[in-house]
Amino acid sequence: MNEHIVKAYEDELNMLTAECARMGGLTEAAVADALEAVVRRDQQMADSVVARDERLDVLQADIERKEIRMIALRQPLANDLRRTVAAMKIANNLERVGDLAKNIAKRTIVIIDSDPMVPLTRSIERMGRLVVTRLKEVLDAYTASDLERAMSVWSRDDEVDEHYNSLFRELLTYMMGDPRTITACAHLLFVAKNLERIGDHATNIAEIIHYEITGDEAIATARPKTDALQRP
Amino acid sequence: MTDAALTTAQSAKARARSESEARLKRRYRAEARFVFYGRAAIVLALAFLVLLLGRIGLQGYSTFTDYRVSLPVQVSADRVDMADLAGSNFNLMVAESALALLGETDDPYGEASGEMMAILSADLGFQVLDRLREDPALVGQTITVQGPMKANASLYYKGQISRDTEVGGRLLSDRQLDWLDELRERDLVSGGFNWTFLTRSDSTEPEQAGVWGAVVGSAMMLFVTAMLAAPIGVLAATYLEEFAPKNRWTDIIEVNINNLAAVPSIIYGLLGLAVFINWLAVPRSSPLLGGLVLALMALPTIIIATRSALRAVPPSIREAALAVGASRTQTVFHHVLPLAMPGMMTGVILSLAHALGETAPLLMIGMVSFVPGVPETLTSAATVLPVQIFIWENASERAFHERTAAAIIVLLVFMVLMNLVAVLVRRRFERRW
Amino acid sequence: MTPMSNLGASLQMTAQRDDALASAGTSRAAAGKVSASEVSVFYGEKQALFDVSLDMPDRMVTALIGPSGCGKSTFLRCINRMNDTIPGARVEGKIVIDGEDVNDRKVDPVLLRARVGMVFQKPNPFPKSIFENVAYGPRIHGFADNKSELADIVESSLKRAGLWKEVADRLQAPGTSLSGGQQQRLVIARAIAVSPEVILMDEPCSALDPIATAKIEELIDDLRSQYCIVIVTHSMAQAARVSQRTAFFHMGAVVEAGATDEIFTNPRDTRTQDYITGRFG
Repeated sequence: MNEHIVKAYEDELNMLTAECARMGGLTEAAVADALEAVVRRDQQMADSVVARDERLDVLQADIERKEIRMIALRQPLANDLRRTVAAMKIANNLERVGDLAKNIAKRTIVIIDSDPMVPLTRSIERMGRLVVTRLKEVLDAYTASDLERAMSVWSRDDEVDEHYNSLFRELLTYMMGDPRTITACAHLLFVAKNLERIGDHATNIAEIIHYEITGDEAIATARPKTDALQRP
Repeated sequence: MTDAALTTAQSAKARARSESEARLKRRYRAEARFVFYGRAAIVLALAFLVLLLGRIGLQGYSTFTDYRVSLPVQVSADRVDMADLAGSNFNLMVAESALALLGETDDPYGEASGEMMAILSADLGFQVLDRLREDPALVGQTITVQGPMKANASLYYKGQISRDTEVGGRLLSDRQLDWLDELRERDLVSGGFNWTFLTRSDSTEPEQAGVWGAVVGSAMMLFVTAMLAAPIGVLAATYLEEFAPKNRWTDIIEVNINNLAAVPSIIYGLLGLAVFINWLAVPRSSPLLGGLVLALMALPTIIIATRSALRAVPPSIREAALAVGASRTQTVFHHVLPLAMPGMMTGVILSLAHALGETAPLLMIGMVSFVPGVPETLTSAATVLPVQIFIWENASERAFHERTAAAIIVLLVFMVLMNLVAVLVRRRFERRW
Repeated sequence: MTPMSNLGASLQMTAQRDDALASAGTSRAAAGKVSASEVSVFYGEKQALFDVSLDMPDRMVTALIGPSGCGKSTFLRCINRMNDTIPGARVEGKIVIDGEDVNDRKVDPVLLRARVGMVFQKPNPFPKSIFENVAYGPRIHGFADNKSELADIVESSLKRAGLWKEVADRLQAPGTSLSGGQQQRLVIARAIAVSPEVILMDEPCSALDPIATAKIEELIDDLRSQYCIVIVTHSMAQAARVSQRTAFFHMGAVVEAGATDEIFTNPRDTRTQDYITGRFG
């Protein structure tokens, strides 16, 4: 792709993408750390995730402000417009992901108080790893503008759902077996739900990348939807 | 950075600044010099103009006053032959009456009356003749006639002939000067505005010579020139600029028109001689002939002026007209020509003013003849102002020289009037909004 | 997910509508009010346009964009044969308006220009009164039988050009006394007065301030319901605002033509993309 005639415009666009990628890195770390906190019952780590979320919010607000400025001053068109809009949307998604990670970290406090439930934790960990990988992959695809990688994440959307569904059944079984675990299990269920939603955000980001690169918005409806509530 | 390096850097900077200041000063000086040269040139041009106009004015202004004498003339019956009225010597009768008035008598050789006739215009005699023709009953009575003095007498009154000059070196004798003083003392002579000069035509007698014939001749000739050159020139220019295809032929025509504008005007005189007189048998020395020749001469200038006026009309106007579906002719006649009108009119009027002052080609076609009357038709013999000036300048009588300058003044006034018209026409049409 | 899907859905709807619009323009040559096929223009030895084919549908604004000297104005001037007035210009190919070839020998360029109005870059009212400016066209074409009919045409044209309220009380004032934007609307009224079917605009706002530009753009949008409008513009934003279809010219050829929102969000050709995003190309 040719350079912009206006050098500052080029720089601003690149900076926007870079900042988005940086926010992606931080979000990814937050999710990984939140998962770690749940799995290792690490209170300190949980606190740090909660504390770091504010930074993500600030970053997101910052990107949005730059975005508005860009639209007002540079009036981006065509691929630049798509790139700008994509950056904004991705930042929004990442901010939501950050909130979900914070939510997971907050639930850790309750989970630590209860007895450890090793098999459940392992399932959560497996699901969490998968979600973190997807998030990482989609963010790498964004940084590299790699449509193929983004699409591979998008097409494997069901995996997380399947994990979630089985975890849901597992938790139900636990709670029915021992009512004392209900509190912890309910929190774990929310953790699982949060992880599932993070997965959805990763899919969203893949779709945004697809739009950014191809200009085709039609993919949003093409994805096969599986929902836990439809198949209990 | 060390202090030494710092100071060198500073001094380099200071040097650069002083150099640029010096350069700036040089630039301002150059500008001031140029302005000075420009002003000097204008002052010089104005000085020459003032010199020229001043000289002409000083030389010519005296023409516009003249001295008239009113004399009672004794019309004695024995001097008048009613059968052949014009054969009588009225001039002698007037001179003798004048002598009688001054208390002198003619000598047997008629020297005194001869000298008297030399200071009184022949016009007085003609007036007596005219009065007698109208009313033969006046014979034997005394009638008062009023008429001009001879030019030399006027020159004495105007102080241009002085009693101090040696008798042999001046045109009037002591006796004549005495009479002139006497006439003036008796209040028989009065000075006034010289209407004769403006209302009469050329004459062999300077005091009776006027420019009116030449003014009418010039006006008629200019009329012919304008009627021919303006429409032909404007239409030719319009065709060349707006309609003609741009190719080699139109290029050749354009070059030739430009060359024609630079052709010496006497060549046009030769052309007129060959074509209009020898071939088309246009009456020579007529305003028609002069007008034809000057029209030829003015055409290239008018074409060039009109073309540049047309070119100055913004193309956007043409596009606008074409875009609403006007044809090319409609575009040109509805929009382009009206906009070019001020420029065109200025060009036409200025080239006519130029033609008005033209002498050389007219000399070639015989307009340099003595024409005492006012031309009545376009084909009657006429003279024009510049040629009149040329003729008078060649005349031997001293009084004609001041008339030359006066005629130049009239010509200049004529030109100033034309330029004024050019300015007014421009104003009138220049409603460019 | 929800806000995004809404956005996506609305974008998609727009896209579908545009596809419909675009296909209306491209499906068949006759679908375009004005349809150019393989038009080439030569100025002497130099070729300025290379086989341009483009359909300009009725009741739509088609914007021609592209760098200076890309031939968009040349193409525009082919439609009403203004190139005829340039010595040495030669046009090849076919331009059809309602099935009639404008370069046909039977078509008189003077009558053609009454059917195809044109508005230029610089407002060029005649140095006459406002009334005369608008009345000139109808008068030379004999559209009005008497003075009151002529006055009616002038009034309705000025009204359609959105200028009536501003000039109703000073119709005899010189056209050049108006502001730049008003002058341009006067010129549009002058074009409308001869009841054209197509209106060509050659950078109509390039000499105007943003407010005047906005008024002209609003006017173009109004006029769209009655005419086929073709506009050349250097302002991409303007092309995006006023047009439904956009054609990108580059080096005398049409690189890409299509629905305007398609061109401005997702151009197919990299040259189009480079041009509209302001890159070296």
